[in-house]
Amino acid sequence: MALKIVKGSIDRMFDKNLQDLVRGIRNHKEDEAKYISTCIDEIKQELKQDNIAVKANAVCKLTYLQMLGYDVSWAAFNIVEVMSSSKFTYKRIGYLAASQCFHESTDVIMLTTNQIRKDLSSPNQYDTGVALTGLSCFVTPDLARDLANDIMTLMSHTKPYIRKKAVLIMYKVFLKYPESLRPAFPRLKEKLEDPDPGVQSAAVNVICELARRNPKNYLSLAPLFFKLMTSSTNNWVLIKIIKLVSCFCVVKYLGLLAMSKILKTHPKSVQSHKDLILQCLDDKDESIRLRALDLLYGMVSKKNLMEIVKKLMLHVDKAEGTTYRDELLTKIIDICSQSNYQYITNFEWYISILVELTRLEGTRHGHLIASQMLDVAIRVKAIRIFAVAQMATLLDNAHLLTGNMQRNGICEVLYAAAWICGEFSEHLENPMQTLEAMLRPKVATLPGHIQAVYVQNAAKLFSTVLKSQEGSTEGTAAQETSQLMIDRLPLFVQSANLEVQERASCILQLVKYIQKLQQKEVEVAEEVSALFAGELNPVAPKAQKKVPVPEGLDLDAWINEPPSESESEDEQPKAIFAKEEPKHSRSRHTEVDEKELARRREARKQEQANNPFYIKASPSSQKVYQESPGVEHIPVVQIDLTVPLKVPGLPMSDQYLKLEEERRQKERADKKKKEKKKRKEKRSGRGRRHDSGPESEEDITPAHMVDIVTEEMPEMCLTLNHKVCDIQGNLQDGSQVVVSVIFENKCDSLLKSMEFNVLDSLNSKLQRPEGSGPHDGFTVPFQLPPGVSNEARLVFTVQSIVMPQKMKGTLTFIVKNEDSSIHEKLDFKLHFTCTSYLITTPCYSDAFAKLLESGDLKCSSVRLEEVNMPFHHLLARICFHHHFSVVERIDSCASMYSRSIQGHHVCLLVKTSGQTVSIDAKCDEPTLLGNVLDEIKQTFSQC
Amino acid sequence: LKTMRFMLLFSRQGKLRLQKWYTATAERDKKKMVRDLMQIVLARKPKMCSFLEWRDLKIVYKRYASLYFCCAVEEQDNELITLEVIHRFVELLDKYFGSVCELDIIFNFEKAYFILDEFLMGGEIQDTSKKSVLKAIEQSDLLQEVSCIQY
Repeated sequence: MALKIVKGSIDRMFDKNLQDLVRGIRNHKEDEAKYISTCIDEIKQELKQDNIAVKANAVCKLTYLQMLGYDVSWAAFNIVEVMSSSKFTYKRIGYLAASQCFHESTDVIMLTTNQIRKDLSSPNQYDTGVALTGLSCFVTPDLARDLANDIMTLMSHTKPYIRKKAVLIMYKVFLKYPESLRPAFPRLKEKLEDPDPGVQSAAVNVICELARRNPKNYLSLAPLFFKLMTSSTNNWVLIKIIKLVSCFCVVKYLGLLAMSKILKTHPKSVQSHKDLILQCLDDKDESIRLRALDLLYGMVSKKNLMEIVKKLMLHVDKAEGTTYRDELLTKIIDICSQSNYQYITNFEWYISILVELTRLEGTRHGHLIASQMLDVAIRVKAIRIFAVAQMATLLDNAHLLTGNMQRNGICEVLYAAAWICGEFSEHLENPMQTLEAMLRPKVATLPGHIQAVYVQNAAKLFSTVLKSQEGSTEGTAAQETSQLMIDRLPLFVQSANLEVQERASCILQLVKYIQKLQQKEVEVAEEVSALFAGELNPVAPKAQKKVPVPEGLDLDAWINEPPSESESEDEQPKAIFAKEEPKHSRSRHTEVDEKELARRREARKQEQANNPFYIKASPSSQKVYQESPGVEHIPVVQIDLTVPLKVPGLPMSDQYLKLEEERRQKERADKKKKEKKKRKEKRSGRGRRHDSGPESEEDITPAHMVDIVTEEMPEMCLTLNHKVCDIQGNLQDGSQVVVSVIFENKCDSLLKSMEFNVLDSLNSKLQRPEGSGPHDGFTVPFQLPPGVSNEARLVFTVQSIVMPQKMKGTLTFIVKNEDSSIHEKLDFKLHFTCTSYLITTPCYSDAFAKLLESGDLKCSSVRLEEVNMPFHHLLARICFHHHFSVVERIDSCASMYSRSIQGHHVCLLVKTSGQTVSIDAKCDEPTLLGNVLDEIKQTFSQC
Repeated sequence: LKTMRFMLLFSRQGKLRLQKWYTATAERDKKKMVRDLMQIVLARKPKMCSFLEWRDLKIVYKRYASLYFCCAVEEQDNELITLEVIHRFVELLDKYFGSVCELDIIFNFEKAYFILDEFLMGGEIQDTSKKSVLKAIEQSDLLQEVSCIQY
C-alpha cells in the first residue's frame, strides 16, 4: 500500500510538470476551477516529499497558479526550502517564486536572511545575481538593514554583472532603510565612473532617483553629471541625466538668465511670461528667486506695477525672518522708484506700501524706506495730505515699530515720519496729538540722529499748534502747549547726543521766552511761525548753474585786491586758493564740457519729458526764470494729482487704510503680549549671569583662542596610526564655549561613523543635539578618507570658570579597509585651562593703579626659578600663552593685566633678578588666580 | 524612467500571462487593479493612443500580435522611454525564443520572468544592452543544465 503511494507519486512527478499543468488547464476550459483544485492537492502531496526536485517542480507550478489568481501563501515555507537548495536550477525557481509571492508581511521572510547572505557571497555570480533579483522584489526594512553591508560590498565586485545589480538594488535598500544611504553614497558615487557602461547607467539611474527626491543634496554632483552628459553616448542614460539636471533647477536658472538678456531687446516677449516668473518666486532655491526678482525689475510697466508689487508683498509676508526678505524689500523699492517713479500712477498706493513695509521686524533697510517717504512727500505735492496723515499714525504707533530700539533698523522710518509731520504740519488733522506723540519719554531711547529730528520738528509743530490755538480765542490752551514743551524738552537737553542736546536747549530757551510773552498776553504765533516760514524745495544737484548771474555782478572780478606775490609765495595755503580761482574753473568747465553738457542736457530733457513728477517750483521763482532765456531746462512740470489714477480691481487707498487699521488693532494686542514675554525672558537671563560672576555682561569680546590639549595615549597612536585630534576653541559667551575639533586621518584607510562623546561634569556639559539623551554622542557629520582632515564644532556650556576643566571623552569610529572594517576607539581628554577664559584686555596705567588701590582684590604670588630667557621674551610668553597685556614696564619690572570672560580682573607684577622671576598677582577671585598662576608656572617649567 | 510600478502581459481574451510588481501591493488590490486595467485597455481601439492616465499612474501599453504589454509608471515619468522599455523586452523575448509567440510565454513562463529580471530590476533598467542581457540568461541556463545533468 505504502509502496503504491510512493510509486504513484513518482509517476505523477514524471507525469505532471509545468507544461503538463498548462496544457491540462487549457484542456479543461469547462471545469477549470475543479481541475486546478485537484492539481493543488497533487502539489500539496509533492511538497511533502523529501526530494528537492519534486518540490521545485511543485513550487514552479504554484508560481503559475499564483499568476492565475490562486492563493499560494500557504506554501511560503516550501518556497524558502527550494530557495535554499544548493542547485542553481532549483534555487532559481525558488527565488522566482519568492519574488512573485512574497510581500512585506510574509512572515517566513525573516528566515531567509542568512540564506540570502550566503547566496550573496556565493562564488558563483549567477547565484548572487538570482539572490539580488529576488531580493529586489521582496526586500523588507529588516532585510535591508541586515544585508545593506553585504550589498555594499558587492558594489565593488569584480564582475560588472554583479556590480550593476548591487547598485540598482541599493536604491531599494535606501528606501527601506534610509540610514544606509550615508555610508554607501561615496561608493555609489564612484560607480558613476565605472568602466562598465551597464554599471554606470545603473548608478546614474539610482542617483537620479535619489536626487529627484531631494535635489539640493546632490547639487555637488552636477559637474560630474555634466561630464557624463557630454561624454556619454547612451541615450537611456542621457534622458535620465537631463531629467536630473532639470531637478537641480539649473535649467530654470539658465532660463531666467536668458530671459533677462532677451528682456533688454524684446521686452514684450518676456512680459507675456510674467506669471511664470512670479511662480519662480516660490522656488525653494534662493538663487532662482533672486534671478526672478531681477527680471521683474526690468519688466514692470504702469499697468502691471501694482499687481507685481502686490504679489511681492505676499512673498514678503511669507519670507519672515530671512535675509531674502530684506532682498525683497529693496527690490520692491527699486522697482517702484526706478526711473524717477516712472511707473507709479498712484502715489497714495505707494505710500501705503511703504507704510506696510515698516511693519517688517528686524530689517536692515529702514533708512531706505525713510528716504523714499521723504522723497515722495517732498516731490509730490498732491500726496502730502495723505502722507502726513499716514506719518502721524506711524508716529502715534511708534512703540510698535521699535521693539528693540537700538538694533531695530526699522526705526529709521521714524526719522522720515517726524520730518514730514513737522515740515508739512499745516496738513495735520490733529497736530496737538502728534506733538504729544513726538515728545513721549520713550523717544529718548531712539538713536540720536532721530531724536534730533524729533526735537526740531516738535518745534515746527509747536508753531503750527500755536497758530491754531491763538486763532481760536482760548489763550490758555496756547499757554498749556508751551508748558507741555517746557515740561518735556529737558529730557532731551540731558541727552548724550550733542546734536539733540544743542537743539533741545536752544528750543527750550525759545519756548520759555515765548511763554513769558504769552503770560503778558502778547500774540506770538505769527512770529514763531516765521521761524519756519518758507518751503523747502528739492533742488536738482546742478540747478545752481542755471541761476542767471544778476546784471552788474562780475564773478571774475576781485572782491579785494589780490595779495602781493611775495606774500602768496610765503604762504603755501594761499596757493591752493589761487588754483581754485573761479575764472579758471569756469573757463575749464565750459571748454571741456561743452559737448558733454549738451549731451547730458538732451538726455535729461528726455527723462524729464517722461516724468510727470518733477520738481514744482513756486510761482515767484518762476518769474525770475522767465526773465532770462535758455533756462527752460529747470524742471518746472506741474503735477496734477487731484484725481489720482486708479487701477481697477485694486483696493482704494482708503481701503488700504482701513484694512491696515484693523490689522494693527489686532497686532497691537498680540505684540503687547509678546513683548511682555520677551522682557521676562531677558530679565531672568540676566539674573542667571549675575550669579556666575560679578561683572558678567554681554560685552564679551568674541573670537578668543582657547588652548585645549588632547592628551593622547601614545600606544593608541602607534597601533592606530590614524589621527590626531587637534583641538582649538573659541570662547563665545560667558557660559558657552565653542570648541573646534580638527580630525585628521593619518592612516591609509577610510574612517567613518565617528562618534564624539564626553563625560559631562557638573560644571561643563557638551551641548547635544535636541532630542538626544545626556549620554549620547555627537555624530561627526563627515567621513575621513586617508590623509584628509576636517573640522567639527562642538559647543560646551561651562558654569564656573575659576577652575580648570578636564573632560574625558572617547571617539569611536570605523576603520574601513578594502576587505574589512574594524570598530575602533580613541580616548582623549579635553583640557579647558583657566587661561583660556582670559581675554587680552588693554588697561591704562592709571586705571590699573586705581584697581590695585581699590582693595577689592586678593593677593597671591609665585616664584619661578632658573628662567633662562630675556625679560621681554618672558613677558611676551605670558602675553601670548596667558592672554595678558603689559600695562607698564620699567627695567626688570612689569605690570600686566587681563580680564576673564566673566569680568574678573587679574593683575600681575612681574619682577626678575638673575634667573629668578617673582610674580605678585591680584585678582578678585582667589581660586581663579591660583589656577592661572599654576598654569603660568607650568608654561615656564616646560621650557 | 523611474520605479515602474508593475508590468502586465495579457492576451486579447483577458488572460493574464505575466505579472511583475515592483512595489509591495496587497494580493487583493493586485487582482482588482489587473481586472480594471485589462478592461480599460482591451476596450480601446487599435488606433488609439498608447498612453492613458489611470488613478495616479500613467499606463503605457502596446499590443504585439495577440499579447498586450502594459506598464504602469508614475506621473512624472517619461512615457516614451517606457514604450521603449516594452519594445526592448519584446525584442529580448524574440531573440531568446526565436520569433516569440504567446504560447512560448505560456509554456515557459518562468523563462520569461528570468529574462525580465535580467532586463529590469526593482523597476529600473538594469542593462540597456540586449547582448549582455541575453548572455547572462544563456550563462544561467547553461548552469541550470549542468546541474540537471549532475542530478
